[in-house]
Amino acid sequence: MAGKTLYDKLWDSHLVKQNSDGSSLIYIDRHVLHEVTSPQAFEGLRLADRKPWRLDTNIATPDHNISTDKTERDAGVAGMADEVSRIQVQTLDDNCDLYGIKEYKINEMGQGIVHVMGPELGATMPGMTVVCGDSHTATHGALACLAHGIGTSEVEHVLATQCLVAKKMKNMRVTVDGTVGAGVTPKDVVLAIIGKIGTAGGNEHAIEFAGSVFRDMSIEGRMTVCNMAIEAGARVGMVAVDQKTIDYCEGRQFVPKGDMWVQAVEYWNGLVSDGDAVFDTEVVLHADEIAPQVTWGTSPEMVAPVTASVPTLDEQSNDEQRKGLERALEYMGLEGGQAIESIAVDRVFIGSCTNSRIEDMRAAAAVAKGRQVASSVKQVLIVPGSQMVKAQAEAEGLDKVFIAAGMDWREPGCSMCLAMNADKLGAGEHCASTSNRNFEGRQGNGGRTHLMSPAMAAAAAVAGHIVDVRSFDGGVV
Amino acid sequence: MKAFTAHRGLVGPMDRANVDTDMIIPKQFLKSIKRSGFGPNLFDELRYMDEGQPGADCSNRPVNPDFPLNFPRFKGASVLLARKNFGCGSSREHAPWALEDYGFNAVIAPSYADIFYNNCFKNGLLPVILTEEQVDILFNEMNAEEGYQLSIDLPAQTVTTDSGHVFSFELDKFRKECLLNGLDEIGLTLKEADAIKDYEAQRAAQHPWVFGAIK
Repeated sequence: MAGKTLYDKLWDSHLVKQNSDGSSLIYIDRHVLHEVTSPQAFEGLRLADRKPWRLDTNIATPDHNISTDKTERDAGVAGMADEVSRIQVQTLDDNCDLYGIKEYKINEMGQGIVHVMGPELGATMPGMTVVCGDSHTATHGALACLAHGIGTSEVEHVLATQCLVAKKMKNMRVTVDGTVGAGVTPKDVVLAIIGKIGTAGGNEHAIEFAGSVFRDMSIEGRMTVCNMAIEAGARVGMVAVDQKTIDYCEGRQFVPKGDMWVQAVEYWNGLVSDGDAVFDTEVVLHADEIAPQVTWGTSPEMVAPVTASVPTLDEQSNDEQRKGLERALEYMGLEGGQAIESIAVDRVFIGSCTNSRIEDMRAAAAVAKGRQVASSVKQVLIVPGSQMVKAQAEAEGLDKVFIAAGMDWREPGCSMCLAMNADKLGAGEHCASTSNRNFEGRQGNGGRTHLMSPAMAAAAAVAGHIVDVRSFDGGVV
Repeated sequence: MKAFTAHRGLVGPMDRANVDTDMIIPKQFLKSIKRSGFGPNLFDELRYMDEGQPGADCSNRPVNPDFPLNFPRFKGASVLLARKNFGCGSSREHAPWALEDYGFNAVIAPSYADIFYNNCFKNGLLPVILTEEQVDILFNEMNAEEGYQLSIDLPAQTVTTDSGHVFSFELDKFRKECLLNGLDEIGLTLKEADAIKDYEAQRAAQHPWVFGAIK
């Protein structure tokens, strides 16, 4: 019999019951909540006269719709300018208070984007099942968790039962061997993967990222990669445990100490795919193939190396592709064949659950240091992913680097990744963005998003257009 | 939950691949703390010429005359005909809520994004999977005939056209059962409370760090 994949092991260890109809009951170890997808779930609990099954599994924080402006944030929930958003955050506070769920409130140390907060507090640990009403929950898979997004009905289901009715996914392994070149970051690696397999390439699969590129990558880098598994269609992205995983977890707030730590590490070290495990789907890339990536279209699969040009209609193999390309080019205001580096940017956003951790802040600051934002660029938002990231960045003086360069240093939250708050693009504006989705209207009605790494986004801010960070102003990487 | 057994209704098109949930219901409408009322803002950015605001009355907004679901012939459509990877992106359940609130009972597409597909079943909305060739046939028939209707039979797992095509579709037994009977999935899981407690006891002995840390 073939060995087990990491996903098989995580699945098996959380199986409560296998039903005869092919469905399974899976136990959930950690449930992360935020203001946008939880209110209807709590309301559902009340309407059915139910209570949360367990309290010590849940952890909550507001992130999606809160302001990143310091003056507004200092006024707390009561001072939120958007009344509809204020009610939503207040509802989260009220629900958490009512049931006794641990919440990091709007300006409390610990607050942050759910997928930045969970790992940095040690609330998510290797071997756990982690769910959240947010599709980027796969981020936590960087710690060898089985983590995925759920809808609001399932948020209610987990609150009420600590379980989900699930069907086992297929196993996919994406192997990237070799060593990435200078200026090529985890964001570039995952964008290249999405470019190769497509936005639906991982549908019905759990992806394990394997190979030397991921072994060499920091845990924060692995989070960037796992975060975007959903942009390749996979709900789940994972990296097996290694010493980096253990080192990352050690000493974090909710991680066990003493004997229990030793016991946990022993278990966690087994969270790797067996050598003879069989995957349903295998994808292989080589690090040499990967240059800094930029999306030019309206789906994350519409991506190219920064040195390339926007595709042309002639290159498309069928009508459906031609139609899709035509629509994307029209929306983006681009011409087929135009050099990617010729695209001017109006705004720059560095943040989101994909790229707002301390290493991302450092990478952006390294480019911004001693430079100025181009006069043609209207705004550069630097939004740290959490209060802890913000504090660390300020302790390192990164905030001063950004401010000196003419960039805005903001308060933690999801911000312009999905533009639920005041941070948004105007119609027709191009944005160099470190977020995860370039869908039509995602960052603002009519806005045009170009996904890239933090270093590339900072370089675009200075140059005023998309630019290869490797050749930028004498080289900065 | 609302049950689904069989449905016959007018077919409306969403003729593009990779329709994402941001397109189905843009983010500003996610600020609501309710489950209902999203129908007027379904496909908001494609449907209207101006930018939609949560809570605003949509009845006097300028509509996009080029958006097919605004064509008079598709008014009252209750079956959405779509292309591959429908519902990709965000996990927002507001997407099926908006489709259902607009008046759709079923979607037909060659494939769906996983989270969206799952969310549909929680809301009495049937996502039917047919092959690309079958979906092409339905698009062609719909384009050729005003007032084009389809019949969907969940117990038999078929989509039937008036021209005589009978297309079978697959879905999981559990999901089918829940949808047919409008079952409360949480209630079903709570019947397994003893199994859940047994699992927790065994797990707490093996992996005690999973319990009790967050207070």
